Amino acid sequence: MTDAPVTAAEKYARLLAEAQQVRGTSLGRDAWRRLKRNRAAMIALGYLFLIGIGALFTPLWPLQAPRMVRSDRAFAAPQFQPAFTQTTTWIDDSGAIDDDAVSAAFGIRAADDPKSGWFDAFNRQLLRLRGAIFGRWEAASWCGCDMLGRDLLARLFWGARISLVVGLVAGLVSLVIGVSYGATSGYLGGTVDSLMMRFVDVLYSIPFIFVVILLITVLDDPEVKAGLSSWGIENRITIFFFVVGAIYWLTMARVVRGQVLSLKQEQFVEAARTIGCNRRRIIFLHLVPNLLSIIIVYLTLTIPRVMLFEAFLSFLGLGVEAPDVSWGVLANEGTQSITAVHIDWWLVVYPGLALGSTLFALNFLGDGLRDALDPRLKNR
Amino acid sequence: MIKASDAPLLEVRDLKVHFPFRRGSLFRPEHGFIRAVDGVSFSLREGETLGLVGESGCGKSTTARAVLNLIPPTFGEVCLEGEPIAGLSDTAMLPHRQTMQMIFQDPFASLNPRMTVGRIVGEPLKIFRPGMDREGRAVEVMRLLDMVGLNPRFLNRYPHEFSGGQRQRIGIARALAVGPKLIFCDEPVSALDVSIQAQIVNLLEDLQTQLKLAYVFIAHDLSLVRHISDMVGVMYLGRIVEIAPADELYRNPRHPYTKALLSAVPVADPQIERTRQRIVLTGDVPSPDRVYPGCPFADRCPQVRDECRKSPPKLEGIAGTADVHQAACFFARD
Repeated sequence: MTDAPVTAAEKYARLLAEAQQVRGTSLGRDAWRRLKRNRAAMIALGYLFLIGIGALFTPLWPLQAPRMVRSDRAFAAPQFQPAFTQTTTWIDDSGAIDDDAVSAAFGIRAADDPKSGWFDAFNRQLLRLRGAIFGRWEAASWCGCDMLGRDLLARLFWGARISLVVGLVAGLVSLVIGVSYGATSGYLGGTVDSLMMRFVDVLYSIPFIFVVILLITVLDDPEVKAGLSSWGIENRITIFFFVVGAIYWLTMARVVRGQVLSLKQEQFVEAARTIGCNRRRIIFLHLVPNLLSIIIVYLTLTIPRVMLFEAFLSFLGLGVEAPDVSWGVLANEGTQSITAVHIDWWLVVYPGLALGSTLFALNFLGDGLRDALDPRLKNR
Repeated sequence: MIKASDAPLLEVRDLKVHFPFRRGSLFRPEHGFIRAVDGVSFSLREGETLGLVGESGCGKSTTARAVLNLIPPTFGEVCLEGEPIAGLSDTAMLPHRQTMQMIFQDPFASLNPRMTVGRIVGEPLKIFRPGMDREGRAVEVMRLLDMVGLNPRFLNRYPHEFSGGQRQRIGIARALAVGPKLIFCDEPVSALDVSIQAQIVNLLEDLQTQLKLAYVFIAHDLSLVRHISDMVGVMYLGRIVEIAPADELYRNPRHPYTKALLSAVPVADPQIERTRQRIVLTGDVPSPDRVYPGCPFADRCPQVRDECRKSPPKLEGIAGTADVHQAACFFARD
């Protein structure tokens, strides 16, 4: 009799170990299986993955320094003969790295710079690794040079870093704000919902390009800059992520709200209330996970929009600040360099290709994800 | 029958749920109320089962939801173990949810498709027993799954990997997790195959004896309700028109609506079935958005008389039954 509870506990402990072996197929895994069958989406995913890796480890590749100005080869056309040259200046024959040269040519702060952070250290490590692997070899100007004789290929890679991060961070910011706001509004319903959505309508009616221009002008003020600097925010681009993210959440909020309105009628929401879930729990643990499909799909459509917006702002000269570079800045410089006298096509075509192919890939991926995640298309 | 205490576990008095609506054009709106539940009273002791029957839209499910405070009741009193709970806020209602749970009609819609079975059944434990660690919860969930006849190894599976009957068992395990005394079963078997229905009903009965549960059992199926219930209430247009011990009600129905309902139950013997007299009601269920001066059933009643249209009949005890059999008809004694 006294043994009974012990054996029961043991029995379940044993079963628990067995239960860990049984893994259910979650809807996410199911969707992944379907996505894998979609060739276009998988190619897009692979491409984005490659671009992401390429951008993340940019200092590792044998590219020229993006800020190395050489007036003797301004507007030089793409050249492949020879494909690689042993011309790196910031590294000596023993493989040691000149910190000051790196700082000037790459914009990576030296270790003794007080503003130097973990990202600079990461970049420096990659550069050292590159020196160890490739020595002084670097690629010739495969994509040509810009008006200051800087290598376009290198600038494309360094620009990818900023463009991708802008898209990702701003996309995520808009996701967090939009989903929380929309789900809360939709779930609470009634007057609260009306008020929250009218607020969104008001924000919608503001021509936000002016808001961004205003904000960026304010942020450019030396006093404001000094203030931000004391908070540890050095770069205008950091602010930019949040500004753009904080603007692009509006549509996401509407989309999510609409879905929540229909989803909250589902019985499992009522069941959750019956077992005593509070509102926050219902919204974030029951409703939002069921919206993941549209959220992810919408995110893959927001990221390209944000990247384009960044390019557009850079076109206006309001985006990324000078020695830094993004695809939008490059495309802008390219169009400015087109004159009646000579057409330096590479300055427009390559940045355009980089931006366009990434946006294409994101759209293909979003399309594939929508098909994979929509259970109504399942087994069709 | 052994009674735990004389005080009823659940007492519902004159419960009303009215939904306001607006119709007509934007400029000439008409305001009104849908009287989904219009004065329902019943009480239930520990370990008892009350069956609620009635046609679609008569307010059975709304009654259950209003008692559980999933829909705010418009009027009336609900006492759970002597404490008034009608219209409590979610926070104030929380401790009472441990006493009162619900099993839902549609086993495909009532489980969150993004959660594993372990999380679904473990969620009430997370809320009501916050001190419990992960492993303890997993073991408890497995015990519950075992109790409802599911393989405890399926802890990490998702609802879509189960059949309808199994899903309903998951729903039952979730309701049992908090250790309730009363479970509202909102047509728990009507979405299932007939063969599975019997299994689920047997499971519910076993659990009742094992855990001394009280049920409010909502169903369409009259023979099923007779089988499982101690008391049966017949609802029509948001009201209970007749309530009686199950056998008494089926043997001796007093309200004409109950009579009509029972006459519609098919008999398994084809000989009797052929000769069976059926009362076929004419007309439709009247709209619940109007107020009727008389008996709401008057328009369809085969025994209607003049006084039926003047004032509404009250639910009154039938003489000689010590008031356990009550009917809301002026001529229930005839």
